[in-house]
Amino acid sequence: MDRAEKAVDYLNADYGVRSWLLTRDHKRIAILYLLSITVMFMLGSVFAVLIRLELLTPAGDVVQADTYNKLFTMHGIVMIFFFLVPSIPAVLGNFLLPLMIGARDLAFPRLNLLSWYVYMVGAAFTLWAVITGGVDTGWTFYTPYSTTASHTNVLATAVGIFITGFSSILTGVNFIVTIHTMRAPGMTWFRLPLFVWAHYATSLIMILGTPVIAITILMLGLERAFGIGIFDPALGGDPILFQHLFWFYSHPAVYIMILPSMGVVSEIITCFARRRIFGYSFIAASSLAIAVFGFLVWGHHMFTSTQSVYAAMVFSVLSFAVAVPSAVKVFNWTATLYRGSITFEAPMLFALGFIGLFTIGGLTGLFLAALGLDVHVHDTYFVVAHFHYIMVGGALMGYLGAIHFWWPKMTGRMYPEAPARISAALVFVGFNLTFFPQFILGYLGMPRRYHAYPEEFQVLNVMSTTGASILGVGYLVPLCYLIWSLWRGRVAEANPWGAAGLEWRTNSPPPTENFAATPIVEEEAYAYPLKEPEVV
Amino acid sequence: MAKFSLFPESASTIAGQVDGLFFFMIAVSTFFGLLVAGLVVFLSIRYRRRSDAVATDPPLLNSLRLEVAWTIIPFLISMVMFYWGASVYVTMARPPDDAEEIFVVGKQWMWKLQHIEGRREINELHVPVGQPIKLTMTSEDVIHSFYVPAFRIKADVVPGRYNTLWFEATKVGTYHLFCAEYCGTEHSKMIGSVYVMEPSDFQEWLSGGSGSAARSAAPVEVGRTLFAEKGCVTCHKAEGSMMGPSLVGIFGSERELAAGTRVVVDEDYLRESVLNPQAKIVAGYQPVMPTFAGQLDEEELLALVQYIKSLEPVDARDESAEAHAGQGEGNG
Repeated sequence: MDRAEKAVDYLNADYGVRSWLLTRDHKRIAILYLLSITVMFMLGSVFAVLIRLELLTPAGDVVQADTYNKLFTMHGIVMIFFFLVPSIPAVLGNFLLPLMIGARDLAFPRLNLLSWYVYMVGAAFTLWAVITGGVDTGWTFYTPYSTTASHTNVLATAVGIFITGFSSILTGVNFIVTIHTMRAPGMTWFRLPLFVWAHYATSLIMILGTPVIAITILMLGLERAFGIGIFDPALGGDPILFQHLFWFYSHPAVYIMILPSMGVVSEIITCFARRRIFGYSFIAASSLAIAVFGFLVWGHHMFTSTQSVYAAMVFSVLSFAVAVPSAVKVFNWTATLYRGSITFEAPMLFALGFIGLFTIGGLTGLFLAALGLDVHVHDTYFVVAHFHYIMVGGALMGYLGAIHFWWPKMTGRMYPEAPARISAALVFVGFNLTFFPQFILGYLGMPRRYHAYPEEFQVLNVMSTTGASILGVGYLVPLCYLIWSLWRGRVAEANPWGAAGLEWRTNSPPPTENFAATPIVEEEAYAYPLKEPEVV
Repeated sequence: MAKFSLFPESASTIAGQVDGLFFFMIAVSTFFGLLVAGLVVFLSIRYRRRSDAVATDPPLLNSLRLEVAWTIIPFLISMVMFYWGASVYVTMARPPDDAEEIFVVGKQWMWKLQHIEGRREINELHVPVGQPIKLTMTSEDVIHSFYVPAFRIKADVVPGRYNTLWFEATKVGTYHLFCAEYCGTEHSKMIGSVYVMEPSDFQEWLSGGSGSAARSAAPVEVGRTLFAEKGCVTCHKAEGSMMGPSLVGIFGSERELAAGTRVVVDEDYLRESVLNPQAKIVAGYQPVMPTFAGQLDEEELLALVQYIKSLEPVDARDESAEAHAGQGEGNG
């Protein structure tokens, strides 16, 4: 990397492994996270590939039933706890929050580094569990299966997830304090980029929700290791209690995954449409509304579990209510395009793809919130399709858009545009071909987590596996050209997209201290069209 | 069973209601999905950048009115969906009074079913068309879920409690029975078939079953035997005793507990009272009943519960057989 002639930036400010492992620079910690979660994503993808191969034929013939059960369990655990939850917050949130609000770093740089180490220790436990035999409970760990029946590495995995939860909590605390106390002069609350609002809402969920899953996992461990009766009815426990506790975190966790992506989309759409965001305050408020309502809908995962009819009705009505702020966001992004001056660089394609896939994911969520309908499609491929539309079509699409949008800022290099656009198209097409047939499979009645299945479901499963192959290529292509760009990519200027936002007013990549002088903010977010491009 | 298709068979009274709601939601979703997609595509083309000239700052649309509109309208539509979904759910939750009861016990990895007459089945369920059927279900080990896609019904089968499910088949045929809650290694093999038969064929099947294993005593008879064998009858006499209350006619009634709260006597309460007698003592009795946990399996418990349900005041029945039953002990 010939940066010799370039100014000192956070990447070349210091060299050596030690300078990375002991760094307190939020940008370097973001890079550490980026590398870690990329490894976890690839691991999770390998599990997905094997799952789709098994489902190519009705018979359970590629792997043993036990192996298949471990595959979908570990796919879920790795992708959710070790990729999606940390993805945008820990990588892009870490990198961008201080830049976006005009600060030199997060409020607690050491805590930030600690959160990465905690994540790594948790990941190590989980990987150890995988290597020494895996775990087969499903990522949901339903009791009493997980505490009494499973003969796999439940405890090691649980410890891994328990530990990793603390890294979420530390990140959440850090973000909230940073947003409250470290905004540059003039950066009032209603001038904050919506990315920051989204991370504020996400951090609230992380702080309030994660302790609950930690305690739940702890109780699960106590019952499994010491036979303390909490969930197992044979020991006087209640298996449904586990589901309540589990979903009290794990439903809001979906919003941990999707809210940051929504923040990303607000940044990208405004930039490439050269428009102020439509309805800033509605979008900001809807993030908070989602965070709050998200805590009140967990029971919609339990409509068939002996829950009372009245409880089910309350959870159903609240689940419909939580859909409204999401719809508001989609309408606002669409309206932002009106009278814009729109271009279609790769980040924009990912963002538009997000809107399409998230809309389908959100609308099918209504099907699941409708009580009488959920009874039929609960625990079928309809649910699998729905949450992949939200968590992969939504969250992952947003993550890819964000990586492409801020790559020049993070690395100082431009990636080649053509393959990036192709990969956005491949991901969009491959994704739909993979998961749309699963809605049909679900309504036909194919249950999830089936190693073998009746023959009449094969055609749709073959379509799904075909789509997954395209999707896989769509993910591999960016990996290639992004790595390539580190050496061969064109050097990026400070603001290659002509974007508003403080992060574009410093060098690419930024210096360690972010800004030469503390920026002073004099206008609201997304003040397009930009006046003079200025670099502080 | 049907070969490749895009839509499942509908073979129960509730299936049409679920499908109706499904089509309504598809219509609404398609409308909004196409609206958003159409607008995004249209606006993207209409307002694509035509030159490098700096765009002017065109006035925003009337933001507040639009915002309020697209907050309120989706909310109202979603409330229609809620109401519709809830009313179907209520129908699913309330079995008709004339429903025939069938007992289901799930275990890794099979379904054990027993008809009220005693006929047993494994991974198969034979039912007559046009007759409401109520399933009372529990599990011997982990959570399972009883799912018949053609009937659009599903309920989790949870250890330690009873869950119910009802349906009325409308079409003769053979339909999938799936376990829908992940339950371990052979989860995907915990499947079977539901055979919907003409009533006359069903009666023939019920009385046939030359396979001797399939022929068993009716659960209520098994329960009667257990009630005597396990010594329940010594305390729970028909006229009651110092040790425990009479069980005659208690099913469905409300009882006052020693703790001062009240409880409705249902299957779950009876089951709990056999296995964990101290949990809910009826007011006026001492906690002296021993637990029967470990002495009765799930099928025996179901039989016992069925027997207690059958106990009615003597004057209402001419069967004296009941007279010696019922009374007893710490917990009723």
